[in-house]
Amino acid sequence: MNKTWWKILGSVLVVYTAIAGLLLGVPHLPILNETIRNLYFHVPMWFAMIVLFSISVFYSIKSLSTKSEIDDIKAVESVNAGIIFGILGLITGAIWAKYTWGQFWSFDPKQNFAAISILLYFAYLILRNAIDEEQKRAKISAIYNIFAFPMMVVLLFVLPRLKDSLHPGNGGNPGFNSYDLDSRMRMVFYPACLGWILIGYWVYTIRFRIRSIENKQQHN
Amino acid sequence: MQLAKEVKYLIHKEVLLEWRSKYTINGVLLYVVSTIFTCYLSFVSLGDKLTWNALFWIIMLFASINGVSKSFLQETKGQQLYSYILASPAAVLISKTVYNTLLMLVLTTIALGFYTMVFDTFTPPDMMMYYIAVVLGSISFSTVFTMVSAIASKAGNGGMLMAILSFPIIIPVLILLIKLAKNAVDGLPWENSFDEIGMLLVVNVLMVATSLLLFPYLWRD
Repeated sequence: MNKTWWKILGSVLVVYTAIAGLLLGVPHLPILNETIRNLYFHVPMWFAMIVLFSISVFYSIKSLSTKSEIDDIKAVESVNAGIIFGILGLITGAIWAKYTWGQFWSFDPKQNFAAISILLYFAYLILRNAIDEEQKRAKISAIYNIFAFPMMVVLLFVLPRLKDSLHPGNGGNPGFNSYDLDSRMRMVFYPACLGWILIGYWVYTIRFRIRSIENKQQHN
Repeated sequence: MQLAKEVKYLIHKEVLLEWRSKYTINGVLLYVVSTIFTCYLSFVSLGDKLTWNALFWIIMLFASINGVSKSFLQETKGQQLYSYILASPAAVLISKTVYNTLLMLVLTTIALGFYTMVFDTFTPPDMMMYYIAVVLGSISFSTVFTMVSAIASKAGNGGMLMAILSFPIIIPVLILLIKLAKNAVDGLPWENSFDEIGMLLVVNVLMVATSLLLFPYLWRD
């Protein structure tokens, strides 16, 4: 029980936010209207992605010093899980943009930079495929992962602030966390973030376990 | 002090090697000049100043990928082993980066001169600011591409990996550079560009710091 409590917590939170996010009351704002509910489904994706990519960098740094295969598998599987959440974040954002901005992809800086930061991690996966020798692959891909991480932070958190964006929170547009995130929304938003981060971590541990079983079979 | 001595010696070695063959500098120079000439033949004239600016940076991007990627990809296993015995990894990385910066500075200056000469329908009103953007561009291209070319050369799959690995990293830098250069093209006062210059310097310091931390692991086989 003490090993599975966080899995149950994550599932309960996500189910709760899916129901409460669609049914509970929200403030009515011009243009946004009911699409403000996307906050519960779009923003937690990015939080989960950032957490998973941070886990990946942590294990990349660890694998450089320990040179253990397990750390390398952990690093790559958390990138795999993080990319899923990044793509989901892009899709939920694009659907929201269709109803508020009029287009799925309107070349908003935030959309472009998020897409580029996903490209960084695709490059990481391709780099892994290019190297056959396991030890060498672990080392070189860990180095690229650590090298790319600060750039991802710049892409997602610094550059969009220098550009004019229509994204809430940028360029004078009201952010969800300023006056319009009232207490009703907080009741759903914070549990949603926690729930999706836990689910993301769960996905990562399952992927890690599958990968290590496959590895064991290969060695035998 | 030991490090400074090693760096000085290695830069001297790089410059001497280049001076003997003059392969990289002449090769990339010819590459840039023929690209600019091809663009001239296909565009004939660039009336729009935004296109003028964007085209220059695209040409510079590909020229610098070709120029800087040589630094590690071209070296043989024996040469790498030689400098591995001779110097500390930090000295190798710093000397390569400094040498590449010098190379890029010479190259971009000549390229900018040739570019303004060929597409003479337009010259940036604030040439000084534009040149600062070019200098910052040379520095950033060489800091990023030197490390990425080291990674690509160790992965043993040169050309294609180099492009795939470096593009996502260089795009944010390129966006900042184009913005800065656009300020110069529009002739805005200098105060408007301090944000971009500061950002570029911060990104460069970040890149150099992470490269210095990571390169020793990469260098040791």
